[in-house]
Amino acid sequence: MVQKTFNYKELQSRPERLAPGHRMCAGCGGTIAVRNVLKALHPGDKAVIGNATGCLEVSSYMYPYTAYEDSYIHNAFENAGATLSGVETAYRALKKRGKLKENYKFITFGGDGGTYDIGMQSLSGAMERGHDLVYVCYDHGADMNTGIQRSSATPQFADTTTTPSGKKSDGKPQGRKDLAAIMAAHGIPYVAQTTFIGNMKDLYVKSEKAIYTEGPAFLNIMAPCPRGWKYDAPDLIEICKLGVETCYWPLFEVADGKWILNYEPKRKLPVEDFLRRQGRFQHLFAPDGGHLIAAFQAEVDRRWEELLTRCNA
Amino acid sequence: MLKTRMSGNEAVAHAIRQINPDVMPAFPITPSTEIPQFVASMIANGEIDTEFIPVESEHSSMSAAIGASAAGARTLTATSSCGLAFMWEVLYVAASSRLPIVMAVVNRGLTGPLNINAEHSDSMGARDSGWIQIYAENNQEAYDNFLQAYRIAEHPDVKLPVMICQDGFITSHAVENITLWDDMKMKKFVGEYEPQHYLLREDEVMAVGPYAASGYCMEAKKAQAEAMKRAKQVILDVAKEFEAITGQSYGFFEGYRMDDAEYAIVAIGSVCGTAKDAVDAMRERGLRAGLLKIRVFRPFPAQEIADALKNCRAVAVMDRAEGYNAVGGPLGAEVMAALYRAKAKAEAVNIMYGLSGRDVRVEDVEKLFDELVRLGDGEQVYSETCPYIGLRE
Repeated sequence: MVQKTFNYKELQSRPERLAPGHRMCAGCGGTIAVRNVLKALHPGDKAVIGNATGCLEVSSYMYPYTAYEDSYIHNAFENAGATLSGVETAYRALKKRGKLKENYKFITFGGDGGTYDIGMQSLSGAMERGHDLVYVCYDHGADMNTGIQRSSATPQFADTTTTPSGKKSDGKPQGRKDLAAIMAAHGIPYVAQTTFIGNMKDLYVKSEKAIYTEGPAFLNIMAPCPRGWKYDAPDLIEICKLGVETCYWPLFEVADGKWILNYEPKRKLPVEDFLRRQGRFQHLFAPDGGHLIAAFQAEVDRRWEELLTRCNA
Repeated sequence: MLKTRMSGNEAVAHAIRQINPDVMPAFPITPSTEIPQFVASMIANGEIDTEFIPVESEHSSMSAAIGASAAGARTLTATSSCGLAFMWEVLYVAASSRLPIVMAVVNRGLTGPLNINAEHSDSMGARDSGWIQIYAENNQEAYDNFLQAYRIAEHPDVKLPVMICQDGFITSHAVENITLWDDMKMKKFVGEYEPQHYLLREDEVMAVGPYAASGYCMEAKKAQAEAMKRAKQVILDVAKEFEAITGQSYGFFEGYRMDDAEYAIVAIGSVCGTAKDAVDAMRERGLRAGLLKIRVFRPFPAQEIADALKNCRAVAVMDRAEGYNAVGGPLGAEVMAALYRAKAKAEAVNIMYGLSGRDVRVEDVEKLFDELVRLGDGEQVYSETCPYIGLRE
């Protein structure tokens, strides 16, 4: 059952389910996503955590150490959805046969490469079949584990190692795939997009809803990567805030098919405020880069209007 | 005990009914599709209460099987050909995670060109993935092998996944006589699954699928290789127990009229029925002919095979999978290596047959025996290392 109130103090006093000592980078959004999503598990509730191959996996379960306080399974890059659907089905089978008494929750994490791209089929299948699990994408906006290659989550014009900016290149030619909308189109009970804002209330509330809503749920969390986005580690929270205030990364949820906007900036900031803080967009601020920023802004505006239409329908 | 008739796919489904496993993810592919169909209807009719996962691909089928097995469920799946190829990556994950998954493989050629008929290129391609592989000549063996599979896979000395293979259409779809064993006897023989460590064990947590750096990874691989060696004894022990209940005798291979054989065929699968007829015909003609039918290909019983062939003058090793290595097929390579290690004196040739479901007739095998006689006499019979039989001129 979803709790009614958000009690920051109580939340912070909960035992950590992602133990310190893992090898994730300082200033990594992925780590913050995992730690806070797992905080939304009610104390005492058991869980099995899944993980697609990625920087999170190789940094948090490096034999013989694991950072997870709960049972955990990593299988491969593209199959976190299918793997956890197997675990969840085993749970129902064993429960039905009286071999298991306690209740378990099932949460799996994948980066954008393992989710938007190579793991898309497995994710879609798991959602479509209606398994009672949560798939969390920590969206780094590129394949960071292998060294900052573009993914379909990478925003347009971003400089990556496979879409480098140069004399004849403006960075990534294509825009970002709207994965949350694709997941919503599966007709699953709960889809939400969030990031790290303020005291993490938005992230916490959505995580709790996702975990305690029966059936499949999908969370897309913008999780900046200091190496790929090229920012100073302490700027992480400021960048997330700018992502939301510029409407680049709106906070919304789709509950039982209803689109709900969770935050509307009083004054929508120009997207260049968000872009300027990141080294991957520095070529946009060259003297001849103005049209690229304008094109980026036009796409942000288009998507924002589209979202408002969905939420006001 | 019931004497009846059914196809190989139905026979495997019957074994599944008797075992009533916990979880089965599966995706349709010819010619194994009938197995999940039979299971789904048994669930719909209330005959079993296995949880069926209608996955969106074979990759997800094996991925979900890994999740379910790691979680503590007795798990199975079924596939063929490209479906098995699509699982490739995660076959290794299943084996290295030491998960006792059982998979019914209905052998069919890999695409190129697209073809749906019997060939061993699918499971032979997966021969080094760490799975135990047991092959059947007919529906009875497919059934009996499946009943023995979990006992081998789940044995504490083994903990490895098992493929139970049968030839597509020739065995999977042809209806033949079969003896079915009593439900209660088989339930008792297979027993309850009681895993030691698993994700959903309420009194402990566990982690599966680590990143292991070079400081640890090699030890894991060696431990897995040792488990495959230990599987040999377990396979024999389980077969012995199965024989005590059913009277059906199984080992690493079946020697057909091999005791005094001077000329032998080594083969896998349904072609062995044809080869037995050819052996009988050659014996009528006074030739000491025999057949060594390989049942267990992984672990590979190299020494035992060499011992069985040690008195032969000439041996033909028949492959139903091209190696595309300009030399021959996988069974040929492994049997010849076994003969070399054992310092056997027999002449040996690798023969390619039956690709993409090409029919093999008794006369084809009889002709092969005639050639073996010449080969044994030191004659240069073949102009290539792996001649084809049944090829259009």
